[in-house]
Amino acid sequence: MWNWDYAFSILPQILSALKITISATFVGFILALFLGLIFSVLVRSDIKIVSLAVKGIIQFIRNTPLLVQLYFIFYVFPKIGISLKPFTAGVLGLGIHYSTYLSEVFRSGIEAVPAGQWEVAKALNFSHIQAWIKIILPQVIPPIIPVIGNYLITMFKETPLLSAITLVEILQTAKILGAGSFRYLEGFTIVGIIFFLLSYPSSQLIKKLEVRLGAKN
Amino acid sequence: MTPIVSYQNVTKTYGDLEVLKDIDFNIYPGEKVALIGPSGSGKTTLARLLMTLEEPDSGIIEVENKNLWQEEVGGELVKAKEKHLREMRKSIGMVFQHFYLFPHMTVLKNVMEAPMTVLGLSKKKARQQAEEMLEKVGLSDKLDVYPAQLSGGQKQRVAIARALVMKPNIMLFDEPTSALDPELVGEVLDVIKEIAFESDMTMLLITHEMDFAKEIADRVAFFNEGIIAEQGDPEELFNNPKTPRLQSFLSRFNS
Amino acid sequence: MERLTTYEIFISLIKAGLKVTIQVTFFAAILALVLGFISGLARMSRHRTIRFISGVYIEVFRGTSLLVQLFWIYFALPMMGIRLSALTAGVLAIGLNYGAYCSEVVRSAIQNVPVGQTEACIALNMTKTQRMVKVIIPQAFVMMLPNLGNQLIELLKSTSLVSMITLTDLTYQANILNATTFETTKVYTMLLVIYFIIGLPLSKGVKLLEAKVSEGRV
Repeated sequence: MWNWDYAFSILPQILSALKITISATFVGFILALFLGLIFSVLVRSDIKIVSLAVKGIIQFIRNTPLLVQLYFIFYVFPKIGISLKPFTAGVLGLGIHYSTYLSEVFRSGIEAVPAGQWEVAKALNFSHIQAWIKIILPQVIPPIIPVIGNYLITMFKETPLLSAITLVEILQTAKILGAGSFRYLEGFTIVGIIFFLLSYPSSQLIKKLEVRLGAKN
Repeated sequence: MTPIVSYQNVTKTYGDLEVLKDIDFNIYPGEKVALIGPSGSGKTTLARLLMTLEEPDSGIIEVENKNLWQEEVGGELVKAKEKHLREMRKSIGMVFQHFYLFPHMTVLKNVMEAPMTVLGLSKKKARQQAEEMLEKVGLSDKLDVYPAQLSGGQKQRVAIARALVMKPNIMLFDEPTSALDPELVGEVLDVIKEIAFESDMTMLLITHEMDFAKEIADRVAFFNEGIIAEQGDPEELFNNPKTPRLQSFLSRFNS
Repeated sequence: MERLTTYEIFISLIKAGLKVTIQVTFFAAILALVLGFISGLARMSRHRTIRFISGVYIEVFRGTSLLVQLFWIYFALPMMGIRLSALTAGVLAIGLNYGAYCSEVVRSAIQNVPVGQTEACIALNMTKTQRMVKVIIPQAFVMMLPNLGNQLIELLKSTSLVSMITLTDLTYQANILNATTFETTKVYTMLLVIYFIIGLPLSKGVKLLEAKVSEGRV
């Protein structure tokens, strides 16, 4: 059933595709952080129409499947003159999709800072910017780091979806190899193990970090 | 007379903190004992050990002449199994500082639940007893209300009814009014007083209400730093405190 | 070929694919809920072996990727002699995957029931089972509803993956429709809109539940 020789013969090819998987994860993650920050600022906008529109956009992106969004970016964008490579389209889809989750994390982090902290900053005559940098953000960021870390892992595990828009990451590599040899067991198992070996220790690390941060407060 | 509850050389520590230091303490059937003393002095722990919420580090607690925390297996004393503890708990009831009502049940259901599931009473019988008990604590008009809609004093009266309906021989009150707004303390104390005067139940009351302790207790014990520093007749203890610690403790209430 | 209107595309997508999407969502959700409860409770068991087994299940399905699991069950399992229909494979993969996530929801809700509730039960002399069934789980269940709702929304979205194992759900039909009509923009826009509409009552429901739950907190 399981063929070790075959498994070892395909391992190097799958591992070499890991580069694509990992770079898609990180580029997508940075994009998600950046867009998420912008979204969370816009949601707090005093201009009602802006805040409402952004909320609507966030909800739409969040409640529709990433896979369909990837198809949309890859197949519909060219119709309006934007042709993207699979990697670019994939990273864009991943980044946009998870930016809506991260903006929510930022929002709740900001709201978790008690109103009294703003009042104290005002009473001590801090400027608005000073209050943000010196008082508010230092309280917002530490507790959300584990949450953001977990989203990084989640995004990593979502990268196989990029195979649907022809990006040859590790799952697609395994699939192509499987189609050629009619053996899927080894390839898909190896891919599963790779995901597990990278994501499980990372999530344990984040758990430790969470406990540490929790102990600090 | 043989005591109904007997603590023998009981010790309990949390980390480095020794909350009970080699305690010897007896409670006699029908007796109303008040425990007073500063917070953290070990009063609450004494009650929690008796309710089997926590286990003593060493020593023996006997309830109705039976070892509470240990049982004999093949001639040797070993840590009691859940079955033994459940048998022992039949005699004991407890009212908590923070009530711990079941938020997902109505007032009536809160009081009916244990008689039905634990004692196996029929629904009809349980309902009848629960209604009687709730009438006793003055809450007949709140049967179908959820705990969230009650005041603190009302919550505590429900909790008292919930404990009483199990007909324990020994009732523990762990600072029953400490979590209440000052204006709600009276209604709860009145209910406890009524129970104390009309029943021959053994009662252990942990309280910061000195007048109340004086009024209902047969005996008052003063806890300080894990030991019983002084105990005796309420009149005697409150009017003539012997230890300097009790004197200074009481002076804070008399001002 | 005649050009299809946006409305016609919307309707033909729904006609062709909605049933399968709903089917997969429904059965996978039930499987996930059952597995979530079983493994969540098992994770807190007194017996080490039971804790270990449920821990392995939870970590394996959370630690690998849903699409990998789906492909494994559909393409690799037949090599071990287990051949499942696309529908069974889809339901099984999604149910197993979300079951692992639900178990964490179940466990954390149970652990968040205040310890005083357990103490009150002990004082009333309830057995461990009685405590769980009568007092702890009913309270935990209310707390877990919003999170379970969120999981259901994620699960619904994830059913689009079954299109990749030839199951004829909304996404699969959209790909077919795109290939036959070349109305790419209309097809994928309508596909997004349809998913959004199906998910809307769910996300509104979750919002309502969240408000209810935080309101009920004493």
